[in-house]
Parts: sequence; structure tokens; C-alpha cells
Amino acid sequence: MLKFTIRRLLITFPQLILLSVLVFMLGSLMPGDALSGLIDPNIPASAIEERREELGLNDPWYIQYRDWVFAMFQGDFGTSIFHQRPVMDVIGGRLMNTVWLSLFSTVLIYLLGLPLGLVSGRYNDSLLDTTITGYTYLGFATPQFIFGLVLLWIFGYNLDLFPTGGSVAPGIEPGSIDYVLSKINHLVLPSFAIALIGLVGTVQYLRSGVIETKQKDFIVLARAKGVSESSVYNRHIFRNSILPIAAFFGYEIVALLGGSIFIEMIYSYPGMGRLFLDSISTRDFSVANVLILFYGFLAIAGALLSDIILSIIDPRIRIK
Amino acid sequence: MSEKLLEVNSLTTSFKIKGEYFPAVDDVSFSIKPNEVLALVGESGSGKSATAFSLMGLHTNARIKGEVLFQDRKISEMGASRMNKIRGGDMAMIFQDPMTALNPLMKVKLQIMETLKIHGSRSKQERQAYAIELLDRVGIPRPDRVAEAFPHELSGGMRQRVVIAVAIANRPKLLIADEPTTALDVTIQAQILDLIRELQDDLGSGVLLITHDLGVVAEMADRVAVMYAGEIVEIAPARELFKNPQHPYTRSLLNSLPSEEMLGSRLHVIQGVVPALNRMDRTGCRFAPRIPWMDASAHEDNPQLREIADQHFVRCTCYKSFELKPDEADIEAEQMNVEGGNG
Amino acid sequence: MNLLEIKDLKVHFPIKGGFFNTVKDYVKAVDGLSIDIPQGTAYGLVGESGSGKTTTGKAIMGLNHITGGDITYDSQLLTGKGKTIDVREDIQMIFQDPYSSLNARKRVFDIIAEPIRNYHKRTKKELLDEVLGLLGRVGLPPGSLYKYPHEFSGGQRQRIGVARAIALNPKLIIADEPVSALDVSVQAQVLNFMQEIQQEMQLTMMFIAHDLGVVRHMCQYIGIMYQGRLVEEGTTEDIFRNPQHIYTKRLIAAIPDTDVDQVERNLALRNAIKAEYDESFSDNLDEEGRAFPLQSISETHKVALPGKG
Repeated sequence: MLKFTIRRLLITFPQLILLSVLVFMLGSLMPGDALSGLIDPNIPASAIEERREELGLNDPWYIQYRDWVFAMFQGDFGTSIFHQRPVMDVIGGRLMNTVWLSLFSTVLIYLLGLPLGLVSGRYNDSLLDTTITGYTYLGFATPQFIFGLVLLWIFGYNLDLFPTGGSVAPGIEPGSIDYVLSKINHLVLPSFAIALIGLVGTVQYLRSGVIETKQKDFIVLARAKGVSESSVYNRHIFRNSILPIAAFFGYEIVALLGGSIFIEMIYSYPGMGRLFLDSISTRDFSVANVLILFYGFLAIAGALLSDIILSIIDPRIRIK
Repeated sequence: MSEKLLEVNSLTTSFKIKGEYFPAVDDVSFSIKPNEVLALVGESGSGKSATAFSLMGLHTNARIKGEVLFQDRKISEMGASRMNKIRGGDMAMIFQDPMTALNPLMKVKLQIMETLKIHGSRSKQERQAYAIELLDRVGIPRPDRVAEAFPHELSGGMRQRVVIAVAIANRPKLLIADEPTTALDVTIQAQILDLIRELQDDLGSGVLLITHDLGVVAEMADRVAVMYAGEIVEIAPARELFKNPQHPYTRSLLNSLPSEEMLGSRLHVIQGVVPALNRMDRTGCRFAPRIPWMDASAHEDNPQLREIADQHFVRCTCYKSFELKPDEADIEAEQMNVEGGNG
Repeated sequence: MNLLEIKDLKVHFPIKGGFFNTVKDYVKAVDGLSIDIPQGTAYGLVGESGSGKTTTGKAIMGLNHITGGDITYDSQLLTGKGKTIDVREDIQMIFQDPYSSLNARKRVFDIIAEPIRNYHKRTKKELLDEVLGLLGRVGLPPGSLYKYPHEFSGGQRQRIGVARAIALNPKLIIADEPVSALDVSVQAQVLNFMQEIQQEMQLTMMFIAHDLGVVRHMCQYIGIMYQGRLVEEGTTEDIFRNPQHIYTKRLIAAIPDTDVDQVERNLALRNAIKAEYDESFSDNLDEEGRAFPLQSISETHKVALPGKG
């Protein structure tokens, strides 16, 4: 188990190095450099060239790459051209917003999706199951932004139960109880909009997993041992049915951390997805690059997480 | 307690096919005494396993009629929670397919300890120690290590022995063994059969042995019931059945075995196949379509099990005039089957 | 003439372990096995699970990496470097499990036609006729053509497997436990027609099985395998009438017999042999726990006994 995890972790190092090289090269391919936009056009070209030399921009690429990586390890991700602030400052607040949104959505997805899938699979072809399955079809067919708009219209504008935009009400002092409550209040609509659509896959996977597993011989054997029906479901069927969901868990969480662009737009929620979109439309490549690196890192971490979770649940994975 | 450990009266188990119920087990009655081995023999599709599943209450979507008494308790009318105290405890079952019968995500020892926990009051340490002891008893080398293994790490023979260890864990009074040794090597089979005998000697357990291996039947059984198309067609003490088989089906089965006498010659083939549940003609002798050379008058209209010798029951009158078909006719019939049949 | 000659065949599988997944040891699945099968005969390779019999079959089919030794088919060397000849058409395999060895999503026609399509050009009509002919040969009605495997019983499925195996008119068939998943009545059918087909087509057969009764019925020669090596080899008569190795004796004694009068005697004999086996089996192996080399004790009969025989 531990050996598997360590070995799996080791594999991520070459992946990370490759990723960073790719992102670095992407950055160097962009037209212009850090000086082209920053410096007053009246400054003589020779002075700019001097600055270039000073900043190491004329060094061979591997030296630049090394400096870039070292800088990142020290927390220096460069400066946003558009915002004229360090990239980390720009991303920082947005990142926390997105982390909260994805955390809420994930919890909701599994809190609602797992019981629905279990019930649906256990009593398959009952009225309850037909209703749940019907909802999942609806969920598959509904685009998330339409669903988000509908929620916004009903609960935000018509019923006026939840705020319609932003991540926190203005004018509240950060750190106070009110601040936290306001944060949560702002999270409710967007996270439900994500979760209610996002859970349909989980429900469907779990439902078919349960239906498949409950016909297996080892389930019959469990019953023949005198295992009660509730234990049959909780101990034997459940664990065997969540394998595909566990396999997706890492990716799911990463997808959410990447930010849900549509939802963030609709709810004017200041998260990563919107930042990424904005940074590209304003050609703020120093931010976009860091974000790409960040997403790539997340993808690798997600795969790692999925594999580790799966290896915890399924002993057959550990061998390889 | 009456002298019967298990009594089955008019058990009928029906399955739903395209909205209609068809009996896979049709009015079956038999009993098992303590310390007795009753073998249930027949081709797949004859209803042997469906009978076993009905006794254990393991069918989830069947309609079951009739009465099953176990130690004088009417288990056929018990709810799930009362039944759960019996199955796996006093009444246990060995399953056929070792590759699929174990939970792939659970360590071997936990699968044994689970049944010990449900039916016993041992502490966790005791359960673990006993699980290892059981693995040792079913002939698993290095049981302490196998206990920690997951099913996929074991061979088929090993897994089957684990399945057997689960079944005998709570020293059942009735052991239902559904093809317990089919997947095993002969030497292991011999070991497992010894183990079942031992269990009998120790506890006076009764055994319902379901198998298609007539050699195993001859070796193990006190009585034999031959099933065909959901019915018992012949039931007799083992010795009597092998010495003096009567029903055409029993005789055909015995003759299809490769044996010393059959060396160099064709084995007897029973024409056709066991009919599918929803395509079975349930009037008259059900075996008649597979012995078409017999005259219709040889069969009864409504075949009954009749005692033709002490404890020896045979269904239908066709056994009286039945002759195994000579070889040439056999081949011809098979060819006919090819040209005339439609699968 | 021998159609198949196996000489000192070795198939070793590495056991990997440790942190860097390095090779720690080898499982010697087949470890110095020599078998000759004369043209047109059936050779039964018998052993318990783990004896290496299936590995041997796969090695002949080229489905396993071979560590050492030679396999010669029809005087052509199948093993070794620079292997250019393709004899797969001539050697076919019948598998144990008729349920999983057939592609469930393909119709019978496509299953049987596949090997023909791979090796020959046929028009649709020719292919259809050929497949129909094969179906007839294995005793399946023409109506089976466009059905799927799940619509058939176990015996019928095994017939489909046999039809596929004989589709290319092979000369050698490796049958790996072809009847062990079948009912006795169906087993009889399959054994009968395998015997017929063998005689009709002059097939050479390697019959891999753990059921000595079936092997006895089907084969002229029998080899008893233990942990990758033969412990005894001879005609069916030699093995059953005059078994020499304690392992062979034990296997034979363990077969349950339908003769109810002999049950007590058989059990006593089995226990006696088991006792002898437990006591003396290690004497029948060398220091590394392997069977000794075979020594001839008659023209046809070879046994792996210690010392000079």
C-alpha cells in the first residue's frame, strides 16, 4: 500500500518537470517579453538592451528556465501585465473563492448523489428509481448555464432568498462571523447549480454499479452466511459499486478546482475560471501561464489522487 | 426432534420469464436425516441448484410454494431476519464457482470472520485464530498467510477451499454442497470429501450434495435423487440406484460416463437438451422427448413417483420397457437433430 | 513419425518484487519437459492445477515466452531466433471455458468465419457454405448461424469452439480441458464428436486435462506432469495398469469410481497410497524438489525414479 503510493508519487516528478518545461516554452513563444510593454517608448533601445542583459533575458533558455523555476520556488510567479501586481496577489483571492466553491459543490455532489444512486440501484425499476433516473436524464440534457440561470431567476430574483452575485456582501469586516455567513450565503446558489447537474454522472455510475454488483455470486454467498440485508448493501455491495466513482473522484475535484467558467460568469463569482478567461482576453500572459501551470499541476495531482483512492479501496490495483 | 433433519414438501419454485411464472422446481419432496448424505443429480437446468437456493431462501425474485421444515422449524415461512440466524449457522451452503463467490475487496480472513461474528460470540482475536484454523482444516498450506490475502491472489482450488471454510465455519447441521468439488483437482477433491465426512462424523450433519459427478455420488451418498426438468424422476438408496437404475434418464446418465468398459467405443449420448423453462411441455413424461423411439403408450399420462422396491421410487411407467438405443441409431438420431432442429 | 516434438522445454516466469520491481526469482512453470506426439494420435497431458500443463499448451501455440528448449512441428523448428514459418494455421486450440472463450458480441457465423477470413480469401457464398459445413460437422443446426453465444447451452458452445478450431483444417489441436466445464451427458457428446473428428481428419491432439477418466477414454498416450516436469509417461495401458510413480498412483487412486461395491476398498486404497505418498514423496524428488529425469522401463513406459533404474 505505502509502496504503491510512494512509487506512484515518484512517477509524478517527471510529469511535473515535463509540464513546467512545456509551460515555460509556451511562455517564451509568446511575442514580446516582460520589457516590451513595461517600458516607456522614449527610453533608448540600448538602455532596454542593458536591462534585458541585467534581467537575464538574453541568457540561453535553460538558464532562463532554471531561474524561472527557482523564482517560483521562492514564491515569485512574476508580475501581471494587466493588473501591474504580482501574479500571486491576483490569483490568491480568486483561488480561495474557487476552493470554497468547489469544496461546497463536491460535498453536495456526493452527499446527494451517493444516496440517490444507492437507492436507485437497490430498488431498480421501482417508481422511486424511475423518478431518479428520469431526473438524471434531465440533468444530462440540461446545459449547466441554463440551469444556473433558472436557479438565479427563481431563488435570486423572484424569491430573493440568496444574493445574485459576488462572493461576499460589501462592507463586512473580513474574519467576523457575519463575513463567513455572507461567504456561505453567496456560495449556496452557485454550488447547487454545479452540484445538481454534476451529480447525475455519480448517480448513474453508482446505480449501474449496484445493479451489477447485487447479482454477483459473492453477494449470494454473503446472504447465505446470514449477513443482514442492510449489511449486504453497506458492507458488500456499496464498496464494490463505488469503484468507478472513486476512480473519478480525483478528476472530478480537479475539474471543479479549475473553476466552473459559466457558473462564475452567471453569478459574477470572482473565481479562477473567470480569471483565466479574463487573462486571455486581456492578453495577460504572465497570469495565463501561471494558471496553465496550475491547471496542469492539478490534473497530475487529480490522477494521483484517483489512483491512490482506488488502491485503498481495490486491492487488485496495488499489485501492478 | 423428529428423526428428520430436513423435510421438503411439494416445493415449487417459479421464475418469471416475460411476465409469466414457470416452475424450475416442480412439486419436489424429499427429506434428509441427520448424518445422511442425499445426492441430487441431474444435468444443468434440471433444477438442482434452484432447489438448493430455495432451501436457503436465496432467491430474490422467485415465487416459492410448498413447505420446508428444518429441525422441525418451518423455514419456508420465516422472515429474513430469523432466516439469517439459521443460514450460515446451522444450515450452510458451499457454492459452485470459486472464482466469483468471494468478495474481491475483502481479505480472506474477514470473509470467514464475518460469518463467525454473525453466528457466534467469540472475540475478534478468537475469530481470527479460528478462521486460520479453518483454513488449515480445509487443507490450505500456510493458512496464516492466506488469511491475509485477497481472493485474486489465490488459485481457483484455494478459493474453493476458502468457500468451503466459510460454509463449515459454524459447524452446520445441514450442509448444502452445490458442486463443491467440480473445480478442484482429484487429490484436493478427495481431501474435501474427507472433510465433509469428518464433519458428518463429528456433528452428525446431514448433507445435500449436488453434483454431476456420479463417481463422487457413489462414494459419498447414502441416497440419491435424480432430477430432470424440475422433477425428481428417481430416488433410491445409493447402492440400489447404481446396481439397479430404473428410470431411462438415470440409466442414460450412467451410460454416458467414460469408464473402463466403454474404452474404445462411443459414449452414450442423450438426445436433445434439457428444455428451457418457458418452452417445456409439462404434460405427461417430461423425459419422453429425449427418448423418442419409445412408444407413447409406454408413458403415463400423469407420471407419478411410485415405490418399486424398498425405498426405491421411480416416476412414470416408461422405465419398464426402456432400452438404451444401439449405437448406430444414436448417430443417426444426432444427424437428424442437425438437419431437423432449429437450435 | 512424430508430428510434434518438444525437447527440454522451459518456461520460467519472473517474480518481480521489491521497490524497484526487479526480478527476485523465477516460477519454473515448465522446467525441462520433453514430449513426442506421433502423427494421428491423442496425447493426454495430465496434472493438477499449477503443474504447468496449460503453460505447455500455450507455449506450443506461441502464446508464452519460452525460456529454453525446442518445439518442433512437422520437422520445422518453432522456437528460437529467425522464426519465419507460420504454422498457426496448422495448430489450433480448444479452450476450457466455452462461456468466456467466445466473443459474446459476435454471431456464431462471425466467430467461426474469423479464422478463415484471416488466412484465406473467400467470397461471401463460399464462406457461408464453409461455415455451414463446419456447423454440420460439430452437430449444430444451420439455424445457429446468426445467433449469439449466450443463446446456446454449454455443450453447444463448446461445439462452436471446436468448429472454430477446425475451421482451418488444422493438423494439431491443443485441447485445454475442453470438457471440464460440461455436464456428463454433454461431455459424452463432445468427447464422441471430438473422437470422430480426430479420426476423420487424422488429427493429432494434445489433450490437456486433470480428469484421468476422460483422458483415458480419449488418448493413446498419457504423460503425468508434476511441477513443470513429467513424472511418468506411457501408453494409456501402461499408466492405468502399471503405474510406477507414487504421484501417478495417487492421482489414479483419487478418482472416485461409480462402482458402489468397491467404495470401501477404493477409500482404503486411496488412504494407503496417500500415506505412502506423504511418507515417501520427497524421496522421489531431487534436492531441488524436482522430479528426476525419466528412465525407460519398457519400450513405451518411462518413469522418473531416483537412482539408476
